[in-house]
Amino acid sequence: MALEISQKIVDAILEQSRNEYPDECCGAILGPVGSDKPLRLKPMINAAHSPTFYEFDPKDLLALYREADDNDEEILVIYHSHTETEAFPSRTDIAYAGEPGAHYVLVSTRKQIAPATEFRSFRIVDGVVTEEEVSITE
Amino acid sequence: MSIEVRIPTILRPYTKDQKAVTAEGTNLSSVISNLDSQYAGLGERLLENGSLRRFINIYVNDEDVRFLGGLDAQVKDGDSITILPAVAGG
Repeated sequence: MALEISQKIVDAILEQSRNEYPDECCGAILGPVGSDKPLRLKPMINAAHSPTFYEFDPKDLLALYREADDNDEEILVIYHSHTETEAFPSRTDIAYAGEPGAHYVLVSTRKQIAPATEFRSFRIVDGVVTEEEVSITE
Repeated sequence: MSIEVRIPTILRPYTKDQKAVTAEGTNLSSVISNLDSQYAGLGERLLENGSLRRFINIYVNDEDVRFLGGLDAQVKDGDSITILPAVAGG
């Protein structure tokens, strides 16, 4: 298991996380159904507007699913930032993880960590977290 | 009264992997009871102490049921209900 993702999308997510600091940022990446190729970045509004919590607005969430359906896409990646802690799923991340097929990407904006190690990907299934390799393509 | 209910991936183990099922009812509460009688255990994933779970979103024809009276939201023949787990965390 690995996440293959373009440098351009990685950079865009890191930039979003810095722009929205001190709040957590969040979003999704869509890709063609069955492809496991996350190609289309969909930054979302953090309806919680919080440094310690994120939530897609329920209306935006439905619109995202509808858009994916209409385009024969699926939500392949769900990402959010941690503002002051490591890029590893928190207890609430694990408790609320509702997409067993998605890559859960975490980034951190805490300053002491080098950017290269701040972008990590996990599977979260039935409360079990498994980190996976991130392969960044040009 | 036949209502289409779209089931998210995480709840499909309850519906034998069906993406959409049909249920009967005149409001959300009775639809959920009907769903649970067809697919045992599904009701508990939607309700907690008799109320809708905070991190499950339910929509009737694209409108969030929180704005339609919650469990009292009226439904009629031909309506479509969509269930989506919230995308949230800390």
